[in-house]
Amino acid sequence: MGLFVDKYPDVAYEEKLRLWEEVKADERFPSYLYGCYECGICVAACPSARFYDFSPRKIAQAAAREDIELIYEQMNDDVWNCSQCFSCNRCPRQNSPGGLITILREVAVNNGLKSAQQALEGYSRIVYKIMGTGTQVSPDMLQPDAFPDWGPDVKRVSDELDLWRRALPPETLHTTKTGWHVSEQTLIELYLIWYNTGVMDMIANVDEGLNLILSDVMEEMLEEAGYDMDEYY
Amino acid sequence: MAIPTAALERGRRFDRHAEAVQTEDYHDILDQLEADGELIVQRVPEPYIEVMTKYGRKKKIPTKYTWHHKSCGQCGHIPGYSTAIFWLARKLDLEYIDPIDQTSCTAWNYYASATSNAPAQAAVAHRNFAAAYETGYYPLIHCGTSYGHYKETREEIMHHSHLRHQVRDVLAKLGKPLVMPEEIVHYSEWIHALRHRIAEKQVRDFSNIATTVHPACHYYKLVQEDAIYDEEIYGGQRTATVTGVIQALGAEVRDYSTFYDCCGFGFRHILVSRDFTRSFATLRKIEIMKQEANPDVVISHDTGCVTTLDKSQYVTGVAHNANVGIPVMSDAQFAALAMGAHPYRVCQLHWHSTDNKPLLEKMGIDHEKAWAEFQQDLDDLKAGRKEYLTWEDAG
Repeated sequence: MGLFVDKYPDVAYEEKLRLWEEVKADERFPSYLYGCYECGICVAACPSARFYDFSPRKIAQAAAREDIELIYEQMNDDVWNCSQCFSCNRCPRQNSPGGLITILREVAVNNGLKSAQQALEGYSRIVYKIMGTGTQVSPDMLQPDAFPDWGPDVKRVSDELDLWRRALPPETLHTTKTGWHVSEQTLIELYLIWYNTGVMDMIANVDEGLNLILSDVMEEMLEEAGYDMDEYY
Repeated sequence: MAIPTAALERGRRFDRHAEAVQTEDYHDILDQLEADGELIVQRVPEPYIEVMTKYGRKKKIPTKYTWHHKSCGQCGHIPGYSTAIFWLARKLDLEYIDPIDQTSCTAWNYYASATSNAPAQAAVAHRNFAAAYETGYYPLIHCGTSYGHYKETREEIMHHSHLRHQVRDVLAKLGKPLVMPEEIVHYSEWIHALRHRIAEKQVRDFSNIATTVHPACHYYKLVQEDAIYDEEIYGGQRTATVTGVIQALGAEVRDYSTFYDCCGFGFRHILVSRDFTRSFATLRKIEIMKQEANPDVVISHDTGCVTTLDKSQYVTGVAHNANVGIPVMSDAQFAALAMGAHPYRVCQLHWHSTDNKPLLEKMGIDHEKAWAEFQQDLDDLKAGRKEYLTWEDAG
């Protein structure tokens, strides 16, 4: 039994253990955790710890002592607060709490945890952009309703977008829907990577609708290029 | 009052001896993997410049024949950043390729949403590396996160044979070999290595410009051993990139107490939880810089940092009356301005938010005249007299 009250008593211990075993099975796990001196250096360096009830030290400690119930709680309630800046890598024990969180998040997504689905609500547009177009953010995302806190200049950029993009000397940047011009063959290769590494299944686990939209876009282009998509089902 | 670093600047030295370093040398591992036929190592082309890294090892920085691995956020939201990098290469007569056979590293999304996995991330990295290798040009990484993430994937490829073979098999389906660059090189390292050549072409006096530096977390905290450190800069105790070029250009670098803190970008936070991003950027970075150093400009070397530190200032200033108002730009834009680049045609400062006009005036730039020239370009584009602004137009 762990040190803390189990916040998720309705989830069977065996299920929590299964998820933890999945975390430990990741090839990167052994190089991210060597124990914990409990010095708190990671917390002192952590930006998220200043603004959230979040502690990279607790993440490392729970993982080190295999506190299954606390790890499950962290996988649901904590990991999405991490900034993934890896300031915690200054750990004198050579741990990477940020790296552990990368794996914990991945397992949460892979298993379609509701908390992961909630954390990614509002984010699907970004996933679509990166997986479908090969660049993460595009000029046409700069809309005043999306970035009201960035000031009145956002509206100006948005109003003048096409003109201002044409006023860029590098030829690859004359785009509004992608960060730069990505060739069609390059996109095909990117799509093949997603299909060959299980990423499409991960998307289906957290957002079935997004998976369908992405599949439509990608399969059309791959089939036109002569790929037999039946191989992937 | 600025934090004193005089003891370091006076010449206090902490000697580094590469032979005594306890961490492994990735060069040896890559050479062995190449000898075993596991991968191809793309060698840094000559002429290169050698620099010192954290534990005293040497790192080769290519000067020309570079394949520019662009950055999503730079190209998408602050395109003067990428433009300035290309402009510097052109002005220094250094051949380069600006490829369309390049995808994002996709690491921003990975660190934000975890909707990917280690084999996919490594395959994306190595597809790009193979694309560069096919051209014979050497990858130069514009984004700090791409740079850090590619070093992470290098660790994984070197140490996990199962993953390595998985990635090799995926690349084979694309008709591409598994290629690893001998060094993973960030553009700010290229600027650092070339800083004295840049200074030779300086046409604007920056001796009255005070700066603060924000070093990018993913540059020097992720796989830290091959980030550049220089005994002449901060006594070798902090990463030397960015600071090195500012000092070479004669500007002042002022220290502040939260140098090590991140900017607050947060990957998912900048897109869907910006209250955190704004708070951190203002309270832990901009306000501290203002109080302790009062710089004319903040210089950084990564997409997310420049965006976060610049864009977060508007609302905290208006809504909370925070002590903000410092323009933010990249080392590439700063160096380009020193070399005479146009603030709007090249550095595209109209995409930035915080008022930079007082800075431009201090740099001796007539921003009203420059904007009128750029406005004329826009009028020409609008009227169809030209389709695009060209490098010739940019000057």
